[in-house]
Amino acid sequence: MVPSIQAVAPHDVALSVRDLTVNLPEGMERAHAVENISFDLKRGQILCVIGESGSGKSVTANAIMGLLPRVIHVSSGAIHLDGMNIIGMPSDKLRSLRGRVVSMIFQDPLSALNPLMTVGAQIDEVMAAHGVGTPKSRRGRAIELLTEVGLPDPELMYHQYPFRLSGGQRQRVMIAMALALEPTILIADEPTTALDVTTQAQILELIREIQRRKGMSVMFITHDFGVVAEIADSVVVMEKGHIVEQGSAQQVLKSPGHPYTRRLIAAVPHLTGEDRVPLETANKAPILKVEGLVKTYRSGSSLFGSQRVVPAVNEVSFDLAPGRTLGVVGESGSGKSSLGRLLIKLLDSDGGGILFEGRDIAKLSEAEFRPLRPRVQMIFQDPFASLNPRSTIGRILTVGPVAHGMPYAQAREEARALLAHVGLDAGAFGRFPHEFSGGQRQRIGIARALMFKPKLLIADEAVSALDVSIQAQILKLLDQIQRETGVSMIFITHDLRVASQICDEIAVMQKGRIVESGPPSQIFLDPQSAYTRELVAAIPGEQPGSTRPVAANG
Amino acid sequence: MRGFLLNRLSQSLILLLIVSVIGFVVLNLLPGGPLAQFGLDPGMTQDDLDRLKEQLGLNRPLLMQYLDWAWRLLQGDWGHSFRDGAPVLAVIGRHVFATLLLMGTSTAIAIAIGTWIGIRGATHRYSLFDHIATVGAMVALSIPTFWFGLVGIYIFSLRLGWLPAGNMYTIGDGSVLNYLHHLILPSIVLSLVHVAIWSRYMRTATLDAISQDFVKTARAKGLSERRVIMKHVVGNALLPMITLAGVQLPSILTGALVTETVFTWPGMGRLFLDSLGYSDYPVVMGLLMFSAILVILGNLIADIAVAIVDPRIRLG
Repeated sequence: MVPSIQAVAPHDVALSVRDLTVNLPEGMERAHAVENISFDLKRGQILCVIGESGSGKSVTANAIMGLLPRVIHVSSGAIHLDGMNIIGMPSDKLRSLRGRVVSMIFQDPLSALNPLMTVGAQIDEVMAAHGVGTPKSRRGRAIELLTEVGLPDPELMYHQYPFRLSGGQRQRVMIAMALALEPTILIADEPTTALDVTTQAQILELIREIQRRKGMSVMFITHDFGVVAEIADSVVVMEKGHIVEQGSAQQVLKSPGHPYTRRLIAAVPHLTGEDRVPLETANKAPILKVEGLVKTYRSGSSLFGSQRVVPAVNEVSFDLAPGRTLGVVGESGSGKSSLGRLLIKLLDSDGGGILFEGRDIAKLSEAEFRPLRPRVQMIFQDPFASLNPRSTIGRILTVGPVAHGMPYAQAREEARALLAHVGLDAGAFGRFPHEFSGGQRQRIGIARALMFKPKLLIADEAVSALDVSIQAQILKLLDQIQRETGVSMIFITHDLRVASQICDEIAVMQKGRIVESGPPSQIFLDPQSAYTRELVAAIPGEQPGSTRPVAANG
Repeated sequence: MRGFLLNRLSQSLILLLIVSVIGFVVLNLLPGGPLAQFGLDPGMTQDDLDRLKEQLGLNRPLLMQYLDWAWRLLQGDWGHSFRDGAPVLAVIGRHVFATLLLMGTSTAIAIAIGTWIGIRGATHRYSLFDHIATVGAMVALSIPTFWFGLVGIYIFSLRLGWLPAGNMYTIGDGSVLNYLHHLILPSIVLSLVHVAIWSRYMRTATLDAISQDFVKTARAKGLSERRVIMKHVVGNALLPMITLAGVQLPSILTGALVTETVFTWPGMGRLFLDSLGYSDYPVVMGLLMFSAILVILGNLIADIAVAIVDPRIRLG
């Protein structure tokens, strides 16, 4: 434990946290959200706080902002902001620091702005709340800020409502707001996690550039060692409310001391650029052949004009051999999820063919397709939303096969066997989804899909909602299952690094079209299209010359 | 916007058609028929009744009667009351003011108090205030309005003698004060239930809004708690309430059957009950169409109001 330092932090430290302990309400799984943590954020530096969900990193940030929920209290320790201890500070004094001395940007820019106020009004409000400037000077300053964060046409942007802006633009507005009063410290809580990889690269660049220009101190919270490698000067690694390791970025990334850090770094998926050893299968005929598939979304009514037409999937064609995995990667809006839903006929296509085992399923009616449904199964993104909270795991697993005619006794036996297979104990059968963690729930989701003995699995962002260490386990499980059952897989993801781990072939989608497809070695080492190159270049922590994280050796 | 309105209009017309057909058929299925009241008059002979039937066109097939009624309605002729021969629209007009006065007052009370209770309950969740408000709403919702009405009359009119027990005004005294005096008890009784409903919805809407990320953003900016609540939370919480208000809007004009009866208030609810009792089909059909139109208008107004307040709908 770090010895307690009671003296006011030295001048070159912008933020100093000493022996901070934050209690959780009784009845939670542990007594403290964070326990006895101490770290310093030096002036003009970027400090990355990294940890998985439940590590206490966001609680720490909220404690520094004085924004902890009422039921959670700081029980001991000190937080010095610019030399002032804010623990025990009266709330109105604390309020005057927020937005002025320390400001914060959040993870999800889509919900972090008030939908009913214009961008300009929301920026204006920060200055008005601290009694800075006149309406006229504040307006000028807001436009200056909008220019500074690189938003196009600031004058127009000032009057825009948030819903008109893309995720990246909204995050820029958040940054403009946070910078309005030139705070000493900026806290960024996973500010790029909800963004596409190319947008993430731009926002990271913007934060780093502003930090340098203004000499600001940034506390950057993330779960992604790739991001750490991109921007950190120093790193704090948190696990279950404790700091397990801290030091300079170089030191932590190159020679991690604590086993947890090593595990975290090792779990970060890297672009392998190596092709997978293909599975030997007796039958080489493609199990799935997609030809010129088209889906167009229409909104508004055609009767009165003003119809919007969005081609979500545009002339997409590919083959998938038995026992192989095709990765479909793309940014939000690229049509990758629509493609997945078309293949499993949750959506009806507007043109083209889907030949599943030689039979065109695109034209089949719902009733005609039903007997085939067990053979094409889906694994969903959100393990929290995709399992019915009122059903036992046993019921979730058996209800489908029983509906398709399997005797219940047999379904129950198979379900128990599958649960063991995906790494859960058989006792899970009688329990409810809320009793499981995210990773365990995703295992249940996989077991549910496997109950049907499918020929084709469609995994839509199946690991995106999981922590990296869990992600690695699930990818391994999927790989193992494929080798055992010879199931073909379509793996839809926005994360190129994940795709590179598990796919034999990768198709890159942009605006509804496949712009490039090929084995991982081609996509990552020798990309043919400009868009693929852009995507690969935007992956955090993978650029040549940056502080590249190394895998742990043991 | 034009497309939206045209779409809405065509939907509304179809709805009105369905309501009128069902209303017309069901009304004519009732035992007794429109002439039952006339038959009670001892001076009426069967010949008189037949002649009356002929005159009113009631001897024609039901379809013909409906088409004739609907055609006249489209031309603005809502028919004449069987009771006194007055045009239906005039009869409705006589009662609409009374209802508007009562319902308008009670709705205003309900929205003002309900909104306040809802916001306070949400911002002070699980506090003593919140618990009392929750239990109070439950009580107000479970006890029938007429019981509150009768208890109110018993206490304030009979025992204390502070307030009149019924009617809209004292005959011979049409002063504003006299109207207000009569208004107090029924409007408070009527608003009890509405306060309960409104405060519950408002509490939920406020809790929804308060957990949104932008509220955290507002706090992180250093805004005062008061401004966070008033500007960021309440604004967003009121959005779904507009739709609810739109659903309640028609009742402001169509009245409250029970309360108007308990307080002998000469409003639309009373008119409906009386007309049904008297088999006054033209008036009943008129009231039916009147409230159907109001329901459609109420929803339309709410949708337009939401569009005005919410930029995502207005500009999106």
